[in-house]
Amino acid sequence: MARRRAFALAAALLSAAVAPVWAQQEHEEVTTFTLDNGMEVVVVEDHRAPVLQHMVWYRAGSADEPKGSSGVAHFLEHLLFKATDTLESGELSATVAANGGRDNAFTSYDYTAYYQRVAADRLELMMRMEADRMRNIRLTEKDIETERDVILEERNQRTENNPRALFGEQMSAVQYHNHRYGVPVIGWRHEMETLDMEDALSFYQTYYSPNNAILVVSGDVDPDEVKRLAEEYYGVIPATVDLPERLRTQEPPQTAARRLTFKDARVAQPYVQRSYLAPERDPGEQEKAAALFLFAELLGGGTTSYLNEKLQFDTQTAVYTGAFYGGLSLDDTTFDLLIVPSEGVSLQEAEDAMDVAVAEFIAKGVDEADLDRIKMQLRASQIYARDNVDGIANRYGRALTSGLTIEDVQAWPDVLQAVTGEQIIAAAKEVLQPETSVTGWLMRDTQEVTQ
Amino acid sequence: MKALIATLFTVVLALPAWAEVEIQDVTSPKGIKAWLVEEHSIPFTALELRFRGGTSLDAPGKRGAINLMTGLIEEGAGDLDARAYARKLESLAASFGYDVGDDTLSISARFLTENRDEVIDLLRTTLLEPRFDQDAVDRVRAQVISSLKSNAKDPNSIASKSVREMIYGDHPYATDGQGTIESVSALTRDDIVDAHAGILVRDQLYVGAVGDITAEELGALLDELLADLPETGRAIPSKADLNLTGGVTVVDFDTPQSQVLFSQGGIDRDDEDFFAAYVMNHILGGGSFESRLMEEVRVKRGLTYGVYSYLLPKDLASLYMGSVASGNDRVAEAIEVIQEEWAKVASDGVTAEELKDAQTYLTGAYPLRFDGNGQIAGIMVGMQMQDLPIDYIATRNDKVNAVTLEDIKRVAGELLSPDQLHFTVVGKPVGLETTN
Repeated sequence: MARRRAFALAAALLSAAVAPVWAQQEHEEVTTFTLDNGMEVVVVEDHRAPVLQHMVWYRAGSADEPKGSSGVAHFLEHLLFKATDTLESGELSATVAANGGRDNAFTSYDYTAYYQRVAADRLELMMRMEADRMRNIRLTEKDIETERDVILEERNQRTENNPRALFGEQMSAVQYHNHRYGVPVIGWRHEMETLDMEDALSFYQTYYSPNNAILVVSGDVDPDEVKRLAEEYYGVIPATVDLPERLRTQEPPQTAARRLTFKDARVAQPYVQRSYLAPERDPGEQEKAAALFLFAELLGGGTTSYLNEKLQFDTQTAVYTGAFYGGLSLDDTTFDLLIVPSEGVSLQEAEDAMDVAVAEFIAKGVDEADLDRIKMQLRASQIYARDNVDGIANRYGRALTSGLTIEDVQAWPDVLQAVTGEQIIAAAKEVLQPETSVTGWLMRDTQEVTQ
Repeated sequence: MKALIATLFTVVLALPAWAEVEIQDVTSPKGIKAWLVEEHSIPFTALELRFRGGTSLDAPGKRGAINLMTGLIEEGAGDLDARAYARKLESLAASFGYDVGDDTLSISARFLTENRDEVIDLLRTTLLEPRFDQDAVDRVRAQVISSLKSNAKDPNSIASKSVREMIYGDHPYATDGQGTIESVSALTRDDIVDAHAGILVRDQLYVGAVGDITAEELGALLDELLADLPETGRAIPSKADLNLTGGVTVVDFDTPQSQVLFSQGGIDRDDEDFFAAYVMNHILGGGSFESRLMEEVRVKRGLTYGVYSYLLPKDLASLYMGSVASGNDRVAEAIEVIQEEWAKVASDGVTAEELKDAQTYLTGAYPLRFDGNGQIAGIMVGMQMQDLPIDYIATRNDKVNAVTLEDIKRVAGELLSPDQLHFTVVGKPVGLETTN
């Protein structure tokens, strides 16, 4: 089922496992340039089919919101489908559809992105409309009222109706003392209910500008033509001169391990989740993040991972285990562990078994054959990635809005290949500190602590 | 802006209808048929195998056996136990995906050209010599049971279960193909072996391949991989008798937002009016933001994040369904609006502008589906299973464009049945009760 106006749940554990790997530079037809007003442009070519994807990414997400207005980045994303000076409310989507295309948008902690997939000869029309709504939206009070109801129903659907999502919100809130990543992308309900025209327009006027945006076009396109059109439609928009730096309040040293229990009658399958504060990929410095990425793969990535072997094969402690690291993030991210206990195994027993297995892995060191196998799969994934240029385009958008450069994106596959077993263990020891951790138990509300 | 759009219509319609997808009809030396698109620019191949029948072929009293068997195919084969098997597959950098539904079991493989023979050798062992070791059976069974427990607390799954039971009587469609905790707990290794022998058979097999492989290479590959499967297996069940009555069913569940499925009788994929119904549904509730339901329920009233309707033509029954989710205190209004829109289209059809917009969208969006080797392989297998001609892709947009306003008016009157439309509501809806 298609979900319109979806926002990326960057904190969703199970999606965090998606590996950021892509085609080698020599195979990947990527062209990049910057317009005079500061708007960056990335073009990824694939001429096998006469279609393209046109995206504009803003370096503005929920973590850039002012205090008290949680959810406004995502609310504004919805409102950008309303009227502009030249488009009626809903006309942009209708026009895309009338041209046989599809459009949507999504919001996360560090970015908001808008995109259309359409026939290759429709690029100019897409650019004209997208450039228009960068500066020219015209909202009515009715838009605000109705769309606020829509995002509240969206929160109902994604979060209030889902105990796992409610638990995840609590985990993040406890993980971050002082950073905005502790607030959900969709917003806290009580703040969403008060979002108004001024909140939306203030965020819009602050962050929606060409020098805060990245244009990413993929598919059957000619980079020169993209450049010509980008200059015509986006290049004429003046840069915002007082664009604020993205300086978020940062975490103080975390010095106390935290625990929480979340109980809900709707929980069918209790589980234990552990998160540790972890460094993200930084420009020019991706080595530690690459080590953590491979650590997550080796520890809890797939069928042959260590936790799987120890807790599902050697013993039947768990029905599911996993380790996740989301390295694409502007500020400190998390390294996460998950264990879903087997029938008859208590949450405490599961947590203890997971801790023992992780400690064993670190003590034993990395099995070189396992590491080689994962690196080989990563190399192969660069070939498979060429079958999905929109995926490559998305990775550039995410990276460039998360503080990385085009060079970082292109260096990442080699950085991953260069990681050694020793580096993985060193990164693991550094990050898995109890003092920076949150351990959460998701429980049925009728369940006793000792099962 | 509107004038500009109007001029663009003709351009869209004049586009060639995906002439690039050149499908070859391949028959292997041993008689296995497949559709192939050669695409040599990236050194890998996507191979899609589908077996008709799906979980509807479960033996009596063995509900969930085919689903559990599907989960076990990748848990060891030949002389490789589950762990050795997983290592071997990872070392080949190939991926094998397995899925099973009411009508179909599908296997989606993706492999590099450089080690294709080795991968096919492993896949052959996987399909012909799965081990179904008892420890693997027990491990995967525990995962299925965990999933069944989660479904029992999930509003969507609860709604689906209620709809199935209401409509399908004693047909296999009436119950979840995953089985129940009781039925899955009782399955033995022999049941799994029987399920395997009964469904992975040549006379229910359909094949699509896209990528860096020639017709001759594919023929040899298919013989190596599939020629030794049993010729025939379990019989496909007969068509379902549907119990369709209007009204409301409320399933009490303590959650803030009610999840709603609505359902009535549908239209078969091979019905001559299918395209008219398809275009009509796009306008009523299929077309995402541009549909009447989305406009009335979300855009104008803010009653939901999403409302959709869809034709659901299955092999043994066809339904017309939809979904909406709305706060417990607002869901009654959402349902009322949907009922009104349903009745409006049933009596008045759609407007000329809506039809034109829908046709432009549907014909223009069609090529966007062909955006990867795996997707194209899947589409080709789907075409074969629906018995569509090999040149269907080139003619499909003509069928969409041939639908007239009169066709839609007639088909809407015949198909849409406001009195039969049933709403299944899971939650604590205010002002709604089960009708009888």
